[in-house]
Amino acid sequence: MLARWLLVVVALVVPAVAQADAFTDALGKLASEDLDTVRSGVQEIASSGEARALGVLHALRDGKLKVDGETVVVEDGSKWKRASDGSAITPAAKPRKVVANNAVRRAMAPAIARLELTSKDVGLRRAAAEELRRGTPPEELAPVLREAYKTEKDPQTKASLELALADVDLASADSAKRFEAVRILGDRGDISFKSKLEPLVERDADGNYREKDAKVREAAADVLSSLRWKELTNRIVGDVMYGLSLGSVLLLAALGLAITFGLMGVINMAHGEILMIGAYSSYVVQLLFQQYLPSSFDMYIFVALPVAFVVCALVGILIERTILRFLYGRPLETLLATWGVSLALIQTVRLLFGAQNVAVTAPSFLSGGWEMLEGVVLPYNRMVIVFFGALVVAFVWVILTRTRLGLEVRAVTQNRNMAACMGISTARVDMWTFGIGSGVAGLGGVALSQIGNVGPELGQNYIVDSFMVVVLGGVGKLAGTVIGAFGLGIINKLLEPVSGAVLGKIIVLGLIILFIQKRPQGIFALKGRAVEG
Amino acid sequence: MDFVAKLKQERELTAVVVGFVLLGVIVPALHVFVPVDSALHVPDYMIQLLGKFACFAMVALALDLIWGFTGVLSLGQGVFFALGGYCMGMYLMRSMAGQGVYKSELPDFMVFLDWKELPWYWLGFDSFPFALIMAMLVPGVLAFCFGFLAFRSRIRGVYFSIITQAMTFAMMLLFFRNETGFGGNNGLTDFKKILGYVMQDDSTKVTLYVITIAVLAGSYFVCRALVNSKAGRVLKAIRDVESKTMFCGYNTRDFKLFAWTFAAVLSGLAGALYVPQVGIINPSEMEPSNSIEMAIWVAVGGRGTLVGALLGAGLVNGMKSWLTASYPDAWLYALAALFILVTLLLPDGMVGLIKRIAAMKRAPKAPSSPSIPSGLAPETTQGKA
Repeated sequence: MLARWLLVVVALVVPAVAQADAFTDALGKLASEDLDTVRSGVQEIASSGEARALGVLHALRDGKLKVDGETVVVEDGSKWKRASDGSAITPAAKPRKVVANNAVRRAMAPAIARLELTSKDVGLRRAAAEELRRGTPPEELAPVLREAYKTEKDPQTKASLELALADVDLASADSAKRFEAVRILGDRGDISFKSKLEPLVERDADGNYREKDAKVREAAADVLSSLRWKELTNRIVGDVMYGLSLGSVLLLAALGLAITFGLMGVINMAHGEILMIGAYSSYVVQLLFQQYLPSSFDMYIFVALPVAFVVCALVGILIERTILRFLYGRPLETLLATWGVSLALIQTVRLLFGAQNVAVTAPSFLSGGWEMLEGVVLPYNRMVIVFFGALVVAFVWVILTRTRLGLEVRAVTQNRNMAACMGISTARVDMWTFGIGSGVAGLGGVALSQIGNVGPELGQNYIVDSFMVVVLGGVGKLAGTVIGAFGLGIINKLLEPVSGAVLGKIIVLGLIILFIQKRPQGIFALKGRAVEG
Repeated sequence: MDFVAKLKQERELTAVVVGFVLLGVIVPALHVFVPVDSALHVPDYMIQLLGKFACFAMVALALDLIWGFTGVLSLGQGVFFALGGYCMGMYLMRSMAGQGVYKSELPDFMVFLDWKELPWYWLGFDSFPFALIMAMLVPGVLAFCFGFLAFRSRIRGVYFSIITQAMTFAMMLLFFRNETGFGGNNGLTDFKKILGYVMQDDSTKVTLYVITIAVLAGSYFVCRALVNSKAGRVLKAIRDVESKTMFCGYNTRDFKLFAWTFAAVLSGLAGALYVPQVGIINPSEMEPSNSIEMAIWVAVGGRGTLVGALLGAGLVNGMKSWLTASYPDAWLYALAALFILVTLLLPDGMVGLIKRIAAMKRAPKAPSSPSIPSGLAPETTQGKA
């Protein structure tokens, strides 16, 4: 009886012991300096069926597996663990890396893949299958994949595996398998397969098709043309979306200018610097939140907006009251004086905050993005800026058309003397208009701080573009500014892939210069008699 | 009264001639003949600095012609200056073919970019006269085309200024590209010889300096003859009331186009003289801020007076050299103050100030005549800019 019990116990324990022994033995081989021994160690670890095997192989792949004398240890942050049982250890000397060459790494990849694909963790299997699908899996993985594909239950993992298999089969000698693979790839319609299918329809140096089977070739050509079409439409949609996003950035940058230049006829070369001050206001508010209200840090943006508006409006009013009002009617001198103001503002910010860019952390709800189409990811902050731009336009529109001040602004724009005769204090209107224009620029600055670098030269990057938007749109028209901004943004983005970013910008500037030759008054012109200027 | 006015004119001329003699004869003589340890010795760097200023003064003359006399503010003068400079730089690069770091027939940066042969637009620049002509022709042709289109569609005032700034910006981006074929970011530099003379030699430097002063003097007299001619009066009329001039039967477009193109040619020539003296030309010369700074030279000196342009270029740049070396943080503030104060308080610049003081001295009791800033055309009223 006892003997039988013993037998049972031994029968149960021996395989487990043997398994553990195989694993420990294989681990020991990793400590060797002979590459062949290490390689066979890797293979033995993989086939040991031991649960810890995957962790060890991952550590080896990431370069975290070290050798301390004869012991194989895993580096875990600043701590060390024994690879065999995970217990803590303090290495005697500085552990050296496990020796590895390409052969070892080649042995490692399928071993890891097999272990991952047979793991019980669905997430791990999914990630592994997805990883295999992305790259072209090596030939030797094919049996592993086929095995895993047969037993896999999770649909997502199975789909990824199917594609990975199709990828392997594309190189297969059997034309039926190749045809099947092309069909599978075509069903999925993923643009990233394009480069995999292209070799099938290419000719080699002698003018013969690489792919011998005409049926496979035709199928590949079909799939390719539909993929190309999909890619083109995706790209155009993407470019238009990116263009809209760039356009709304330009719009926010130019809207303040549309008010000061468009309505008041004041050339404000310091406009870019007002944007910059808006961006720095948001930086300061963010710092204060970090310091005093770190719990509701994300809310800083809602405080930054009014703060930037008020700060910039005050700066604008200050400029108007001390300098610009003496220069009305002398546009060229206004241009030079405001350029001087911009220099002083840049230097002041440089002395206050340093010449380096400062980091503005976007609120967490603005990070991330939405994958609209394959390969077209719209970051949330860009999308929010589009809406924000619309909001600011609406705000300006309401002020200009639905308030007393707006009425007076329009009256002064149309006929200054007549407006003065009607009892409107034109000087006061000038002041408020400039204040609002600058405040709106401040709002634009907050928006810019969310998507780009904030530094003393921020404004310089936008000033030429802003003027182009206003000039293109037509002076004195809000709608013109909107259309000018989006037009510029979209044309810019459509040109970029064709000609490169810099050349695209040059072409756009050239086009604007030509356009203004044809239509000096912009897309939208003020109708009336005030034509000569 | 007539005599007084004439005397005043002569006085200005005398001052300018004395200035040119001082700069062109006395300064180089003090540099070459006075021993180094003497207090009167003009050091090396001073010659180089004055040579640079003389080139700037030529640009200021050109800008004064188009802005001070014709009322068209160009914010793109730096482009023409740089284009002239690039033409000269191309000659200097070609003249050292085979002596670069890579010992190649091509300029170093082309070897670096793995270009096999010269682009077509580099052909001909082995010849000095060709390069010199191109230094004036290229800016001239660009200005002519640009001006023809702009003036034809009656773009004027600030619109013109903004478009010239856009052009400047576009050109700068273009020249920053490596593919454009002008050395990209680094531009053209590391020159060795000009017309066979070693550029590092003191004699070459002094000769270049004297030539620059001579060309500056020549340009001054040509501009002077131009503004005093009938055409010059038409230019001033255009500045003051363009529409009236037009109604009087003058084709204002052609006059403006001429002044604009001539100014570009002059700037190109200045650039061609500038590059061998400083030994480098790169796209940062085309930065829009550089071109605007040129306007302040003219404004500080006094628009509408040629001597003002010379004076302003010297004063502002002298101040810049001094401040950027001694108080680097203060320079931008000083420049900002210049821009603001001169436009607010001194619309006629230093020359206007000197004239006003002189007038006050002569007739302390006479009511001061209201000073109308030149370049301010009565037709440009607010709201229509």
